[in-house]
Amino acid sequence: MVATTQAVATVDLLRWMPLIPLLASLINMFFGARLGRKTAGGLACVAVLASFAIALYIFWLLPATGMFRDTVYTWIESGSFQVKLSFQVDALTAVMLLVVTGIGFLIHIYSLGYMDHDEGIVRFFVYLNLFIFFMLLLVMGDNLLVLFIGWEGVGLCSYLLIGFWYHDHANTIAGNKAFIVNRIGDFGFVLGLLLLVTELGRQGIWTLDFMELQQHVNLLSPERITLITLLLFVGAAGKSAQIPLFVWLPDAMAGPTPVSALIHAATMVTAGAYMTARLHFLFVLAPETLSLIATIGAATAFFAATVALTQTDIKRVLAYSTVSQLGYMFVAIGIGAFSAAIFHLFTHAFFKACLFLGSGSVIHALDGEQDMRKMGGLKAYLPTTYWTYVIATLAIAGAPFTAGFFSKDFILWQAYSSPRGSTELWFVGWLTAGLTAFYMFRQLFLVFHGECRADEHVKAHIHESPVVMTVPLVVLAAGSIFAGWLGAPEYLWGSLWDHWLQPIFGGAHEAAHGSPTDEINLTLLTLAIGGLGFLLAYFVYGRASKLPDRLASLAGGAPYRLLLHKYYIDEIYDVLIVRPFTYCSRWLAQVFDPGVIDGLVNAVARGARGFSLIWREVQTGNVQHYLAGFLAATLALLAYFLKQQ
Amino acid sequence: MDASVILFYVISVLLVLSSLMVVFLRNVVHCALALVVALFLIAILFVMLHAPMVGVLQVLVYAGAIMVLFLFVIMFLNPTASEPRRKLWWGFGSAAALLLAASLAALLSNGEAPADPVTATETFGSPETLAKSLFTDFVLPFEITSVLLLVAIIGAVVLAKREP
Amino acid sequence: MVPLDYYLILSAVIFAIGVIGVLVRRNLIVVLMSIELMLNAVNLTFIAFSRYLASMQGQVVVVFVMAVAAAEAVIGLAIVISVFRHRRTLDPQEMQLLKW
Repeated sequence: MVATTQAVATVDLLRWMPLIPLLASLINMFFGARLGRKTAGGLACVAVLASFAIALYIFWLLPATGMFRDTVYTWIESGSFQVKLSFQVDALTAVMLLVVTGIGFLIHIYSLGYMDHDEGIVRFFVYLNLFIFFMLLLVMGDNLLVLFIGWEGVGLCSYLLIGFWYHDHANTIAGNKAFIVNRIGDFGFVLGLLLLVTELGRQGIWTLDFMELQQHVNLLSPERITLITLLLFVGAAGKSAQIPLFVWLPDAMAGPTPVSALIHAATMVTAGAYMTARLHFLFVLAPETLSLIATIGAATAFFAATVALTQTDIKRVLAYSTVSQLGYMFVAIGIGAFSAAIFHLFTHAFFKACLFLGSGSVIHALDGEQDMRKMGGLKAYLPTTYWTYVIATLAIAGAPFTAGFFSKDFILWQAYSSPRGSTELWFVGWLTAGLTAFYMFRQLFLVFHGECRADEHVKAHIHESPVVMTVPLVVLAAGSIFAGWLGAPEYLWGSLWDHWLQPIFGGAHEAAHGSPTDEINLTLLTLAIGGLGFLLAYFVYGRASKLPDRLASLAGGAPYRLLLHKYYIDEIYDVLIVRPFTYCSRWLAQVFDPGVIDGLVNAVARGARGFSLIWREVQTGNVQHYLAGFLAATLALLAYFLKQQ
Repeated sequence: MDASVILFYVISVLLVLSSLMVVFLRNVVHCALALVVALFLIAILFVMLHAPMVGVLQVLVYAGAIMVLFLFVIMFLNPTASEPRRKLWWGFGSAAALLLAASLAALLSNGEAPADPVTATETFGSPETLAKSLFTDFVLPFEITSVLLLVAIIGAVVLAKREP
Repeated sequence: MVPLDYYLILSAVIFAIGVIGVLVRRNLIVVLMSIELMLNAVNLTFIAFSRYLASMQGQVVVVFVMAVAAAEAVIGLAIVISVFRHRRTLDPQEMQLLKW
């Protein structure tokens, strides 16, 4: 199951992939004002295009079982522990590279249009390029430490971009929340990393290199591996918004929509899944961690989907949808189907980015309106946006032959049939698929169909977005269909995808239970519940009816309110964690620090002063007193000499 | 008992008495006179110790010049204020000095110097011998001391000058 | 013959008496006189040793001590005069400016 060591070739070109966006970011940072908005934006897009071009080239060159490596320099050298700033590209990284640079490029183009009227557009591109740089470090790092640098860096860029419109205090709070919750995850990550290093070091191996880790992983005891993987998963849960650390992602929608598309849908939030896939050789040795991951993934997927049912902000729905789809990825990881997880990551990037950019187009057309209750009937005004949105919605709902269909089905099939899967896992995933279809079509109908409920002055200005924004939408919509064709099940035309990633993860599991006919049946079941979701959405929201209100007031309205307020989890966290913590911090800052710590230091100072105040009385200025002291010392000396005799 | 020993006892008693008078008398002039007596007695002791030249120098320089200078200054300044005396301070000072004397005495009397003097030459302590030693072995300190005296004179004149 | 120890003890006593004077008296001139007393005690020690070891060095040293004592008395008294002109007092405890 573990891949054999492949041929490794050194390719100096690798370092330019992150370097070019970094340079562009720096240039825009220092000279952006002088370059002007158009040039700065163009530079940023060209930089990412260059990285994408290199990524394509590398992808084309990369042999199926090969790996490219580019070592820049030795960063840490301490005894036998060495960490190099070094990049590697194998099949897994190649996929991530294409996603990051390709979709990144499309979103950069889109931002040229979306942020055109924003006075901070240069700063925006500085941050966005910086993000690409860090994300590339993350996926290309050949050791855990470089990955971590990228990990932290994307967290930073996320914070910077969420709070991009910092004049509004709520945005900065959202940015803080994202960073802090991430940090909690990072704490687990660092602990896991340190434990890994020290445990291996105890066996005499000092390394954080992925290849070397893979070779020596069996030196560790199972309990240790379980602990390490648990800690690392805490980090992944933070970055990829799983229970209990998902609370930052909905709030992160405060950032500009391109940011939500790139960072909080396609790339950064997938870093957790990537990291566990990268360290799959470690995780497969910790079955308890894997089953925990699967459980949390399933719970998160279901739970987030339920919340998405009631949200009224167009981006919030998509945010919870992202959390839910990430849950699917972790279910796949939890049952050891790493290739399936990455496949869903790949397809999700396309349709989620398309959905987010589409919502951006709507928001842009409606002059900033984000409440779906004030939308409706936009199909006529925004045709391109509408049709790309339809395609992406079909994809996420799992309509046949769309990308989401193949990837989601793959996961569900693995959940049912794999030795580590279970029927319960499949069931939760299946229900969630139904919910997904429902809330996505609900959104589609609310936004684009029916009467236009926008304010009069807004309605007067509705216009389709410029080409710069619609072209990426079209490209992503196309991807939402065709990207999935790479991973068709066996009974269709087989999975190119599995084949591509096989050197890394090994082949797909033999089905533990369930036959090929079961696979087809499950697919049909999934299509059925998807269709059910669509029909329900159509009857409730597709036509004018009182049903939405009647559903909301069902059972006294309590279930509706519970979902609308996302199970009050932010409030619960606030009471259980945030408030005690702030109280402690305040106490430490206002009582402990000035009182005890400063008090200690001041006491020492006061002590010294008091002491000196006493001792200075010795200096009376009276010479005869001094002579008396002289005499006393002389007597002491004499006594000493007498003793000597 | 030897005549010299008796003489020694007499002179030492008188010496201690006059020293005590120097330290304890209230009137400054009385103190000065007591000091003169003490210096004379010490000169006698010097002569007893076969240092006639030094003894004469003692009388001439110390008792003659230095004490005269002291008396001059006392009369010049004519201090009228009487000094206050604090019993505690005196008690402490005396006790400390007693201790000092005792320990010095103890220290010094344990030495290995011979109880009886070594036989000396005829000319021991005579001006010639002293001069010979002074102007050969100790000529450098001699010259420096002369410079020192010059400096002292200048210093004294400068310090005591009445400001114009 | 008078043993050496006797001279040394006598000298120690005179020295100690001089110390009392320096420490306790509140008249600068008497303090200076006590210092002379101390120096003389030391001279006595030197001469005694000189005799008992039959070495002229002790006597030569005494000559120097006398010269220095003279210089010191002169300067000391000049300072006393100078101070008295400003402060109208000879009490060392009135001269306490050398402190914090």
